[in-house]
Amino acid sequence: MSAAHTAIGTSHLVEAESSKRDSAARSLPPQTLLEWLRMMVLIREFEVRTMQAYQDRKIGGFCHVYIGQEAVAVGCTAAVEHEDPIVTAYRDHGHALARGMDPKYCMAEMFGRIGGCAKGKGGSMHMFDRDNNLFGGHGIVGAQTPLGAGLAFGTKYIDEVINGGRSQRVTLCFLGDGALNQGALHEAMNLAGLLNLPVIFVVENNGYSMGTSIHRGTTMADEITSKAIGYGMMSAQIDGMDVMNVYDGMKEVVDEARATSRPAFVDIRTYRFKGHSMSDPRKYRTREEEEVYEDDGPIAKAREYLYDQKLLDEDGFKAMSKEVRGQVRESIKWADASPPPDVAEELYKDVYVERWGPYNGTSEPEMLGEPGGNGEG
Amino acid sequence: MANITLVQAINLALVQEMEKDDRVMILGEDVGLNGGVFRVTEGLFKRFGKDRVVDTPLAESGIIGTSIGLAMSGLRPVPEIQFEGFLGPAYDQICSHAARMRTRTRAAFTVPMTIRVPVGGGIHAPELHSDSPETIYAHQPGLKVVMPASPYDAKGLLISAIRDPDPVIFFEPKRIYRAFREEVPEDEYTVPIGKARTVCEGEELTIVSWGASVVQCMQAIERTDASIELVDLRTIYPLDMDAIEASVKKTGRCVIVHEAPKTSGFGSEIAAQIMERCFLHLEAPVQRVAGFDTIMPYYKLETEYLPDADRIEKAIEEIRAY
Repeated sequence: MSAAHTAIGTSHLVEAESSKRDSAARSLPPQTLLEWLRMMVLIREFEVRTMQAYQDRKIGGFCHVYIGQEAVAVGCTAAVEHEDPIVTAYRDHGHALARGMDPKYCMAEMFGRIGGCAKGKGGSMHMFDRDNNLFGGHGIVGAQTPLGAGLAFGTKYIDEVINGGRSQRVTLCFLGDGALNQGALHEAMNLAGLLNLPVIFVVENNGYSMGTSIHRGTTMADEITSKAIGYGMMSAQIDGMDVMNVYDGMKEVVDEARATSRPAFVDIRTYRFKGHSMSDPRKYRTREEEEVYEDDGPIAKAREYLYDQKLLDEDGFKAMSKEVRGQVRESIKWADASPPPDVAEELYKDVYVERWGPYNGTSEPEMLGEPGGNGEG
Repeated sequence: MANITLVQAINLALVQEMEKDDRVMILGEDVGLNGGVFRVTEGLFKRFGKDRVVDTPLAESGIIGTSIGLAMSGLRPVPEIQFEGFLGPAYDQICSHAARMRTRTRAAFTVPMTIRVPVGGGIHAPELHSDSPETIYAHQPGLKVVMPASPYDAKGLLISAIRDPDPVIFFEPKRIYRAFREEVPEDEYTVPIGKARTVCEGEELTIVSWGASVVQCMQAIERTDASIELVDLRTIYPLDMDAIEASVKKTGRCVIVHEAPKTSGFGSEIAAQIMERCFLHLEAPVQRVAGFDTIMPYYKLETEYLPDADRIEKAIEEIRAY
């Protein structure tokens, strides 16, 4: 039996054991922990139904689900403020939901319907939500990382150069371990280190770049935080299968980045339970390996903790799950009812700001702001 | 009015826009302390400081990607890429992100960024420092592509580009950076993107050109006694086809002149649209005078490659005799 990751063993590691003794997460109000569990259950249910909808051909294009990695998006977004920008790659449904996007907008986007967060023009890989400071959803592996540096630069420039204050923002820039080998990441990390940009590069290290294990594709595969040293930034390694642990590890890094206005690099060890995309035979790993992770997944872990602490019982969890199932069912109903974009109206819209030639101007920027276009009618 | 070069006109536009709007900032390789590889940003570092005129590492993908993040944050970055050949590493960011952001987000996020890029041959540079890749970017929906041919237009178009809500590739023909001076208003003004300029009016034939080639066209026109109308596109995309159509319907003959290789050069698109719009008005086939379908040669041969007044004059004679 092989595992995606060999044992985590470094002094940077924020281990579950140590965080038990001194855990910020464990001192949060019980309601917060229950909300995290609920969000993870929501993401899981959403993704299960996404897979079904894809198989039912309601979702076109390509589709990458987040099952198994829920604790990363939930723990990381909890560790930052709502105003802190977030940018991510193409496995982005979990980030959109964790950031606060209503699941119906996310589902309708994948269905290619006008009610989607981008009017069905972006699809699965391009979740954007301006109100929730989510800057995408990007399809080219690693190409979002200079954007992350730029977003951090933007917040800092606005706060300090324009408004003359001291910037308190940090930006979270998620990437997969596959992006570690893209040139854009190294340019972005160098720029961030050099220009003191408060961006945290969060590697969702699920051990596989599509079908290539990290050991087959990446140097220093067991110690990827060593890459941060070359760019003069702090780093941490975090067990990503435990949401409280993710929160604790990230909170420390976020606080430090905020205080110092410096970048950071975080290796969060996680595992995607499903294939890279919906058409992945998973020949590169064994069923046994998958079971090791599945048996001790992030939802079970958080649930067990809440049971132990008498903050939740089985009936409570059942009720939570039922409520979530209803919410996701509603999102599918809503997406189904939303019409596809009207070709004459939308084909040449949102390409340029103004009307000229075939181009049809742009939409109102508010999510689903236009009357009649939201599928609720 | 000031009698200044194209470089000075661009510098003036940058200064005025930075004075007016603190969201405007510059980043690129050597743009600060050293004033840029062609000294276009000379003096700006001292005037606006290192936070607004940012020296970056040699990392074009990083520069443009970071600029996109800045633009999505609500700022107006004006990154400089030192030579058009160095756009290659940034191509992914330009075409995968900048061009598509408005569509992909239903305009929730936009990229009001102006990428300044010296372009074209004629300065004894090596190949890879002398290309004319405007067609590549004109072919990407979501981008606007601008190329001035005079100091007056350079200033007015750059101000328009910086204020434009969409990403603009602002090509600066390096051959005419300092080739001549022109009276340019010291006050701010704009030249609209997407509008061609009629350099001189004529009745017998239309020449359409842009960038440094406009100067070669003017030299060729001076040599002939023909009544020639010269249209300087100023903006490659959006293409001002109405201006071309009006001129070609009047003259019935058209020569298109550009530096880029002939096959699939932007002249091909213009010729096709002339056929669609002006077929029954044409007295002769549209002619193209362009670079050759090869790698731009090293400096000893660059004058052979670039369309010059001799080649343009020959095309004029041929199309008149048709």
